[in-house]
Amino acid sequence: MRPWLGAIGGVLLAMTALLAVAAPLAAPYRPTQINLRARLQPPDWGAPGRPRHLLGTDNVGRDVLSRIIWGARISVSVGAAAAGLGAVIGTTLGLCAGFFGGRTDAVVSWLIEVQLAFPFTLFAIFLLAALGGGFVPVVCVLALATWVNFARVVRSQAMSLRAQDFILAAQAVGVGPVRLLRRHLLPAVLPSVIVVASFSAAQAVLTEAALSFLGVGVDPTIPSWGAMLNLGRDYLSDAWWMATFPGLAIALTVLGANLLGGWLGARLEPRGS
Amino acid sequence: MNELAALSGVSVRYASGGRVHVGLDRVDYAVAAHETAAVIGESGCGKTTLGRTLLLLQTPSEGRVHFAGEDLTALSGAALRRRRRLMQMMFQDPYASLNPRMTIGETLAEPLVVHGMETWRSAQARVAEALAMVGLAAAMQARLPHEFSGGQRQRIAIARAVIGRPRLVVADEPLSALDITLQGQILGLFRRLQESLGLTYVFISHDLPVVGRIASRVAVMLGGCIVEEGPTQEVFSRPAHPYTQALLDAVPIADPAAERLRQAREPSSPAGRPAREARAQGCPFVQRCPHAMAMCADIRPERAEVAPGRTAACWLHRADA
Repeated sequence: MRPWLGAIGGVLLAMTALLAVAAPLAAPYRPTQINLRARLQPPDWGAPGRPRHLLGTDNVGRDVLSRIIWGARISVSVGAAAAGLGAVIGTTLGLCAGFFGGRTDAVVSWLIEVQLAFPFTLFAIFLLAALGGGFVPVVCVLALATWVNFARVVRSQAMSLRAQDFILAAQAVGVGPVRLLRRHLLPAVLPSVIVVASFSAAQAVLTEAALSFLGVGVDPTIPSWGAMLNLGRDYLSDAWWMATFPGLAIALTVLGANLLGGWLGARLEPRGS
Repeated sequence: MNELAALSGVSVRYASGGRVHVGLDRVDYAVAAHETAAVIGESGCGKTTLGRTLLLLQTPSEGRVHFAGEDLTALSGAALRRRRRLMQMMFQDPYASLNPRMTIGETLAEPLVVHGMETWRSAQARVAEALAMVGLAAAMQARLPHEFSGGQRQRIAIARAVIGRPRLVVADEPLSALDITLQGQILGLFRRLQESLGLTYVFISHDLPVVGRIASRVAVMLGGCIVEEGPTQEVFSRPAHPYTQALLDAVPIADPAAERLRQAREPSSPAGRPAREARAQGCPFVQRCPHAMAMCADIRPERAEVAPGRTAACWLHRADA
């Protein structure tokens, strides 16, 4: 992986994060400000002095750019938190399953299969309807989907690592299981965890979008990219900008996460370059 | 005999793909304190498994493993880990046995830290001392395994094995990855460490000339069994088991005329042919043995004394046969 690709990924993510943090300063309008006289206006780069909508307005006249900037808050925080929580759960379970094998592995593999067999969206709607929406429930429900990605990759890596001489050698000098998992196996699987985290964050961003569309998202008063995208689908032939720009925001963030993840994954491998 | 480590009636069986593979078959073996013992045999004969089982890195399917008078097979995981300071393994491939993400200093300090002898901070001095013992500079602590040459890695593996002041070191093919000049240096290092630290060695090797130079006793393995055991000089000069004879005959001689003679003498069934088809009964060497008798295929000979301090498992040496 070329370093400059990783740098592009880093810049994309940094920009998204910066916009999310500085949303009140960066957004030209309030994201919920309705202006029915300016409905469905196309992107306008016109003369200074009059109110402009750089990326157009939506069906009730809200500024698309401002909503994308505010929406970054949801996407970035939900994506990062869901991927992080899933990484912690999935890596722990995967390491234990792959290393200890036997009954531990049977239980974890069963959990993975149950999770994969379940229609996740249905499950998520059920849970969120029961728990009520909000940031923490949404992140927890998304982590239920992402931990499997980590557990599967980490489990298979731990299984092959377990048979390697350097793990056996560590056991031979008297290293106990806790230290063995933390100091020997975890660093070895970390590059893959980071790569999986990048696409799991992307997956979480997309799933959050779907949940927002279904009305069980984080917070209906804060715009999210997914909700905007889904709303824009209805106006695709009349107002292409309504769906295109939120979609572009999702695509660029996901691309940035993947580029950065791939580069980090390659860098954390000590041998070769 | 002042016995340091011993296997009694130890079998190791692996189940793979529905078939049971026998790694060790009812093996009795003992190493005396301060001696250098060697285990030889063709690849797949179970010598690595024997070494690993001696340290309980491989759990036996049956039998007992004793170390310093204690039954290791009866110990809990944590109790066994505490004993590991005293019994160390050197792996066949030193590079593969080093964690590629840990510096040499961390790798060397780890045994000291996990056994509560030092903290990460205080281990520095002993790590430097261990590196000096094997002829490496203390400044190399900060480097990663891939920055070293093969000979240096072998020295690191030795330093790691001896840093916790063990009593027993099992070395699996410690010289096979090294060129001849390095082999001499490393052998010298093994000898010096044995004298200064009072070590007991078990060398697992297929290199008979090297074994002849360093080991006082030798055990010959075939098909998961020890077929002959005794003082190295006697076993090599007057082998009791036809398989030992075949192994010795297969050693090339560094004199062209003598080597031509040796090759002409070499039997049509060389020792190099693998004998993976583990037999449920009979002698494991029966298909390749020039002296095979009818009973050899049916009844496995038990190992019995053929001379004082020497045992062999062959019907040729049984008076009652």
